[in-house]
Amino acid sequence: MNKTINQKAWYFVIPVFVLVAFNAAIPLMTVVNYSFQETFGNNVFAWEGTRWFKQILLSERFHASLGRQFAFTFIILLIQIPLGIAIALTMPKKGWGVPVCLILMSMPLLIPWNVVGAMWNIFALPDIGFLGYTLNSVGFDYNFTQQPGDAWFTTILMDVWHWTSLVVLLSYAGLNSIQPAYYQAAEIDGASRWATFRYIELPKMKKVLTLAILLRFMDSFMIYTEPFVLTGGGPGNTTAFLSIDLVKMALGQFDLGPAAAMSLIYFFIVLLVCWVFYNLMMKNEAQS
Amino acid sequence: MKKYKWLVPTLYIIFLMLPIYWLINMSFKTTTEIINTYSLWPQKFTTENYVKIFTDSTWYMGYINSITYTVFNTVISVAAALPAAYAFSRYKFLGDKHLFFWLLTNRMAPPAVFALPFFQFYSSVNLFDTHIAVALSHCLFNIPLAVWILEGFMSAVPKELDETAYVDGYSFGRFFFKIFVPTIAAGIGITMFFCFMFSWVELLLAKTLTATAAKPIAATMTRTASTSGYELGLLAAAGTLTIIPGAIVIYFVKNYIAKGFAMGRV
Repeated sequence: MNKTINQKAWYFVIPVFVLVAFNAAIPLMTVVNYSFQETFGNNVFAWEGTRWFKQILLSERFHASLGRQFAFTFIILLIQIPLGIAIALTMPKKGWGVPVCLILMSMPLLIPWNVVGAMWNIFALPDIGFLGYTLNSVGFDYNFTQQPGDAWFTTILMDVWHWTSLVVLLSYAGLNSIQPAYYQAAEIDGASRWATFRYIELPKMKKVLTLAILLRFMDSFMIYTEPFVLTGGGPGNTTAFLSIDLVKMALGQFDLGPAAAMSLIYFFIVLLVCWVFYNLMMKNEAQS
Repeated sequence: MKKYKWLVPTLYIIFLMLPIYWLINMSFKTTTEIINTYSLWPQKFTTENYVKIFTDSTWYMGYINSITYTVFNTVISVAAALPAAYAFSRYKFLGDKHLFFWLLTNRMAPPAVFALPFFQFYSSVNLFDTHIAVALSHCLFNIPLAVWILEGFMSAVPKELDETAYVDGYSFGRFFFKIFVPTIAAGIGITMFFCFMFSWVELLLAKTLTATAAKPIAATMTRTASTSGYELGLLAAAGTLTIIPGAIVIYFVKNYIAKGFAMGRV
């Protein structure tokens, strides 16, 4: 759409600007403030320069939780995106199946995150949970509260359960926007199922898929409540992702300086990845 | 191969329903039964967990608190986002692209980063432990999302609609509320759905900003779990009840979901 240049449009944006600035800028400045200072309680602060940043960037604890975070995000993207596409492709396109699928598949998205964690906790308990009991009775030695591998398996399975539907809904919406003429043309050309997918469906889904990857990256990178309730970051620290580690440091140990420095580094990483994605998306849009 | 296509979504739905079934199953058991026996359905069916929740005010007030701030947040987010999204979809202005990206970055900000400063900030303006504090803090991620979705819907409406209305002598206000808002009603519905959803499921900020008066149900659950040992039956019943508001909302917007996803950007 060709837009008119109109500086008065700023008046329309003011309420949003004020509300978000009020919420984002002030707290963010507090964090920046802490990150350069040492606190002795009672509002006494001393300038520390970049000491906390160096400390965090060089600390093994941060490297470890960052590594776990990237591993987790990478694995869930690798599972959720193809699985989501596959389910969207096989979903019914008309009839009673559509609302049934949509309603049931949206369910996990609307459950409060701590309930998701609690639900999976009782579902996976080795003695009284369905998953744990079944796995143990068919011969696996499964106990997610004690074995790191099992804890990872359960956390990933929980996230797949929780969020794959978002990818499904987005891909489904993308598929629905394809006109039947494209499929007819493909049929006349004798295109194989794979060719139809590769050259018709996938390009049409490019926009929503970029969005799905972006949303899933952001949200999995900030994941806190679900693994916190499910495993509490344990056993040991094996499932302590960035947010869990950060909250432990800020609210548990009250190490404000290092926690603030870690927050900023954390935020910066998310921002960097999202900026790349945003530019990719805008480029796609400009092309189409 | 085509014949077995329905298997994939069916298996997926079964996978989705299993943990939910398990939660509901637990909610109708007594805590002693849960701990001592493994069974696929309740042996001694009981509704006492639900009775406890509906009669104990610390429990049911949790639901009322959660719904209150969620509704506040949805109304504030959509009301503020409507004019902003209109501006982004219709006009070019100084710094528009940067502003749009800056808004999006707030959707990306990890709540864990903001938890402590929020606590201090809302305490200092005397809003700590109020519904409005939680509603305002959730604006951090819901307003950018609302602007994003609404902008997508509004851009799909041709500009000729605006121009024709002005030629017909409509003032901006009358055009906006009488013509434009009804045209994008589906988009507003979808936006409200997402605002409701993200405010309803968020716990970290809601928990940090409340103590007793505005405590969300999710926080009541975690605190009960830690104070009185594991009352699993009660916890399961409370969890089951948190699914219901979401299910009601989905039922109302089911026809819009897929369409909304396609038209808007989310």
